[in-house]
Amino acid sequence: MTTLERPAPTAPPRATLSGQKLPLYALPLLVVGVVVVTLLLFALTGFAGAAGFVVVTGLLYTAAQTALSFWVEGRRQAVDRLCTTLVYLAFLLAVLPLVLITWYTVRQGIGVLSREFLTTSMFRVDPEQPGGGIYHAIVGTLIQSLLATAIAAPLGILAAIYLVEYGGRRPFARAVSFFVDVMTGVPSIVAGLFVFTTWILILGFQKSGFAGSLALFILMLPIVIRSTEEMLKLVPADLREASYALGVPKWRTILKIVLPTALAGIVTGVMLGVARIAGETAPLLLLVGLNQKVEYNPFAGRIDQNPQASLPTLIYEQFGIAVGNTEAPAFQRAWGAALVLIIIIGLLNATARLIARFARVRG
Amino acid sequence: MSDQPTPGTSTTPDVPGGSDVSGAAVRPGDRVFRGISFAAGATVLVTMAAIAAFLIYKSIPALRANTVNFLTFQQWFPDKQPSMFGIGALLYFTLVTSLLAMVMAVPVAIGIALYITYYAPRRASQSLGYFVDLLAAVPSIVYGLWGFAFLARNMTGLTLWLDKWFGWTVIFNYQPTNEPNNLSPFTAGVVLAIMILPIISSISREVFRQVPRDQVEAALALGATRWEMIRTAVLPFGRAGVTSASILGVGRALGETLAVTLVLSSVYEVNLHVTESGGVTFASNIALKYGEAGEIGTGALIASGLCLFIITLAVNFTAGLIIRRQRVA
Repeated sequence: MTTLERPAPTAPPRATLSGQKLPLYALPLLVVGVVVVTLLLFALTGFAGAAGFVVVTGLLYTAAQTALSFWVEGRRQAVDRLCTTLVYLAFLLAVLPLVLITWYTVRQGIGVLSREFLTTSMFRVDPEQPGGGIYHAIVGTLIQSLLATAIAAPLGILAAIYLVEYGGRRPFARAVSFFVDVMTGVPSIVAGLFVFTTWILILGFQKSGFAGSLALFILMLPIVIRSTEEMLKLVPADLREASYALGVPKWRTILKIVLPTALAGIVTGVMLGVARIAGETAPLLLLVGLNQKVEYNPFAGRIDQNPQASLPTLIYEQFGIAVGNTEAPAFQRAWGAALVLIIIIGLLNATARLIARFARVRG
Repeated sequence: MSDQPTPGTSTTPDVPGGSDVSGAAVRPGDRVFRGISFAAGATVLVTMAAIAAFLIYKSIPALRANTVNFLTFQQWFPDKQPSMFGIGALLYFTLVTSLLAMVMAVPVAIGIALYITYYAPRRASQSLGYFVDLLAAVPSIVYGLWGFAFLARNMTGLTLWLDKWFGWTVIFNYQPTNEPNNLSPFTAGVVLAIMILPIISSISREVFRQVPRDQVEAALALGATRWEMIRTAVLPFGRAGVTSASILGVGRALGETLAVTLVLSSVYEVNLHVTESGGVTFASNIALKYGEAGEIGTGALIASGLCLFIITLAVNFTAGLIIRRQRVA
């Protein structure tokens, strides 16, 4: 009986193409182990701090996991696991500041938010003391953004129509297309300086909400052109050809067929453009100036009238008044205004995404 | 889109475009509409040309009045007698903060793009993309406030740690004996890195999405692990796109104003130690000095703006060329 040979029970040959793999429970177990080791390490060496703990744990885990995988699964799997961990870490690293900024802004800003804060101005309010509101700045920001959009949207859409429908591969169209890309990268402060030079220094106008709108227009134009262009390209050529076949002139085809088909996408692009410029600060700082009163007229800018305020410049102004003292009422006010500004921009973004989702370009 | 034969009415008005798809090409409505849209396209070129022309025109008097070397002088006293100003410090700190931002942002942005395109569950991938793009929706002044009030206050440990272990690299050396306040180029670099993450990662994401499906699946079919697939199929394909995305990101960082202005404590002196407080960039200098600038001071600021314009133009030009070459290939 004892002569009957049995295969060694320790290593049954497995009919599988894959190599040795870490069992599913290995990694959670490893996490627990690493956390315990790090805690011990911190207790023994006197390191402290939550940030340090997270960093050390992350590094130890990455190293331990790679070593374990190398030992069990071999080099290739180990490298794969290492890179997977790094990619996940990269994503977490991007989420971290977003969460931190949102959390910090809400925490700092929520305290001053009130009905009064949203509906009154800073007129005859001592900025060193609590109180007052940002209504004048909200009005200014909305009017200036609207004005800029009113100029940039039609011009941008027309330019995109030229690029897609008429330009083709002409040198002029290619030059325009190239400079749209370059224009996207013009720093906002340079746009502000340009308007300052022409509108105020050379043409002799005063600082005003409208001057700010002009700079915002320069920043918004390339965004609108680029997004509209992408949308017009999505309109199927069949639609245009069907229209031509019915004898409709090209310009009517564009106005009645192409634009309505792409409308939702174009609106989305414009809204994203507005969201982009609503938070611009630098050009407004040069062009609009400060005012504590509500001013509905964007052209106001004479000696007897103060120009419009705006949210970003108000934040900068209050920051300056606080002189780095984070407890000062002005600093709190700056955070409140920042929160309102973020909410406005967030709403614009969300609306744009919703429009994009519910009304895609239909072929 | 050039799949429509376009009428040549504006370039050759004497030839009636007979063989046009839309029938009679010389309808007045067509001509008017074409003219209007042509003019709208031309505004882009006109605006760009006007920016260059007017900035040059207004900076010449100030540059004439300047008594020191504009390119190397580090201080900024344009309204003094004699007028002395130069972009030495501005140029240095602008480049340093942008480079720091790029070094920190590019690897993370590539990681994010890879995560969204090849690691995340497919259904979540689009919303994750929006999520990262939200970083781009935060206004730069809010980044500035946050950098000043939160980040700088919490970087002391990192600054001292870098000094202890990497002080020998000179750049992370922290020499002052007082507690670091972190209003330094390094902190500004971190803020800028966060700000340019979305632009780099969204362009990289688009490029990674365009990797031919066949190549990805061929690599996987040959038994490549996911990382080997990315290394052999995705990264080589995306190299040009990622490069130009990084350059565009740097272009954004170069001209960023308020975030940097609020974080840096302005010191007009070139300092190799990036964690020590101080520093001033083209943009922050303009934001700080425009209020008190006299006639020559304004011209001097315009001259520095012109330099910034030229630098960003060159940077974006390069990025555009790389993208275009990739599109052709």
